[in-house]
Amino acid sequence: MDLLLDSLYSAILLVVGLDAELLNIVGVSLTVSLGATCIASCFGLPCAFLISFKSFPGKPFLITILNTLLAMPTVVIGLIVYSFISRRGILGPLELLYTQKAIIIGQVILIFPVITTLTIAAISRIDKRYRQTALTLGASEMQVVGVVFREARYGIVAAIIAAFGRVIAEVGISMMLGGNAKGFTRTMTTAMALEYDKGEFVLAVALGGVLMSMAFLINMLFHFFQGRGDQYAV
Amino acid sequence: MKQILTIALCVLVLAASPVAAEDKILKMSTTTSTQSSGLLDILLPAFLKDTGIQVKVIAKGTGAAIRDGMDGNVDVIFVHAKGREDTFVADGYGTERYAVMHNDFVLVGPPSDPAGIKGMNDAAVALKQIASSAAPFISRGDDSGTHTKEQALWKATGLELMLHTQTIVKKGKKKEVTSSMPADSEKWYRSIGQGMGKTMTYSDERQAYTLSDRGTYIKFKYGKTPAVDLDVLCEGDPLLANPYGVIPVNPAKHPHVKIDLATAFAEWLTSEKGQKLINDYRLVGKQLFYPDAISM
Repeated sequence: MDLLLDSLYSAILLVVGLDAELLNIVGVSLTVSLGATCIASCFGLPCAFLISFKSFPGKPFLITILNTLLAMPTVVIGLIVYSFISRRGILGPLELLYTQKAIIIGQVILIFPVITTLTIAAISRIDKRYRQTALTLGASEMQVVGVVFREARYGIVAAIIAAFGRVIAEVGISMMLGGNAKGFTRTMTTAMALEYDKGEFVLAVALGGVLMSMAFLINMLFHFFQGRGDQYAV
Repeated sequence: MKQILTIALCVLVLAASPVAAEDKILKMSTTTSTQSSGLLDILLPAFLKDTGIQVKVIAKGTGAAIRDGMDGNVDVIFVHAKGREDTFVADGYGTERYAVMHNDFVLVGPPSDPAGIKGMNDAAVALKQIASSAAPFISRGDDSGTHTKEQALWKATGLELMLHTQTIVKKGKKKEVTSSMPADSEKWYRSIGQGMGKTMTYSDERQAYTLSDRGTYIKFKYGKTPAVDLDVLCEGDPLLANPYGVIPVNPAKHPHVKIDLATAFAEWLTSEKGQKLINDYRLVGKQLFYPDAISM
C-alpha cells in the first residue's frame, strides 16, 4: 500500500515540478507513438477498405493471416527489424538502430494488423445496403468509400485508439530498437523498466501514473472527435 | 462424494510432500555478472553436494539485488558495490559482509581508437581524453555496480559533472536520488540504463567506448559469434578493481529469512574449498575472479 501512495505523491511531484527529464521522456513517447499510429493508419485504413470492397481468391486466408499477426510478440518484431538495421545488417549504413525512427518502424509493423483487422471488422458491420444505395444513386467509388467511412467512423476511431494504446504501452520494441538512451530514445515504458531494474519501484509506478494520465488526455481528445461527428450525423 | 474428497486430499498431500522435502532452499539475489560469467554454475552444484542446500538465483543489477535484500525477498545477496554493501550492513539490513573475490573493470572501445587511449593504465586520464575528443561513450546508467564505478571514475577525472536529482516520496518522506555524468556531453555521452550485455552490444553497434567488467567482455569477445568489434584499451588501474561481497540478510529486520542457510553459504564461499573453486575458474582459458578471503 505504501508503494502506491508514495508513487502517487512522487508522480504529482514530478508533474507539478515539470521535471525536465520527465518532460523529455513524455515528449519522446508521444512523438514516437503518435508518429507510428499516423503512419500505420495511412497504410492500414486504405488496406482495410481495399480488402473489404474487393473480392479476390484467398481473401479469408489473408484476413486470418492478419488476425494471426495480432499475436506477434514485440520481441520478435524487434529482433527482425534489428537484424535488418544492425551495423552488420543490410540497412546498417543508414544508421537507424537506436534512433526514434527505428522504434517507429517496429511499432508500425506492430499495429498495422491492429488497425487493418479492426477497421475491416468495423466496415463489415455496416449494412451492405448503404453501399448499394449509394451506388444506385450514382455515387463514384470514392464517394462510396466516403459514405462507408462516415458510417463506420466509430469503429475506425476505436481501431486507431486501440493501436495507439498498444504502442504507447509497449516496451519490447522501444527497448530493443530504441536502446533506452537517456534524452534520445528513452520512452515512458523503457524508463519504467529501468527504474524497476534499479529497484526504484516508486519512480516506476509514478511514471506508470503519468502514462495513464497522458493516455486519458489523448482518449478524451479522440472522444471529442467522435462526439462532434455524432452531432453532424443527427 | 466422500471417497472423491479423500482421494483428492491424498493427491494434494502427495503433491505437496516434495516441497516439504526440499526445505533447504536458499534464495539469493546476485548481479548479472556472477551468473552470466558461468561462475555460479561451478559454485552452486559443489555447494549443493557439500551441504545439501539448493540455491535459487535471481540475477539483477546490484541496485535491484540490494533492494531485494532490503525488502526481505531473499536470504542472501552476492553483489559488487562495496560502498553500498557497507551501508546495507550499517543500516542493519545485513548481518555481515564477507569479502569473497575480486575481478577488474576494463575500458573497451573500437579498434580505431579515436580518442587514442590504447595502452593507458590510468582510467581517469583515459576518460578525460575520451571527453576532450568527444568520442562516443556508452554508460550503463542503471545504478548498477558498474555504473557506480563509472561515476566514481568520472569524478576522479576532475571534469565538471552534471548532477541530475529527482525528488521522490518514500515512506511518506521526500527523498532525493542523484546521478552524475560529465557536463556538456549530450553529443557523445549516452546513458542507456541497461545490463552489461546490452551495453556491450550497443557500444559495438555504435563503435563507442564503454566500461565493462572483464568477464562480460571476454564472453562477448571470445565466447560469441559474431564477436564484438571492441578491444581492451585501458586496464590495470587500481581504481578499476571490482570487489565482490556476500551478505546474509539480517533476521532482525526480516524474521523469515533462512539465516543459518545464508551464513552457511557465506562461510562456504570464503572457505578454502570455495576460494579454490573461484581461483581455478576459467572462461575461455582466462582467469576471471581472484579470491579475497584466503591468499592463494
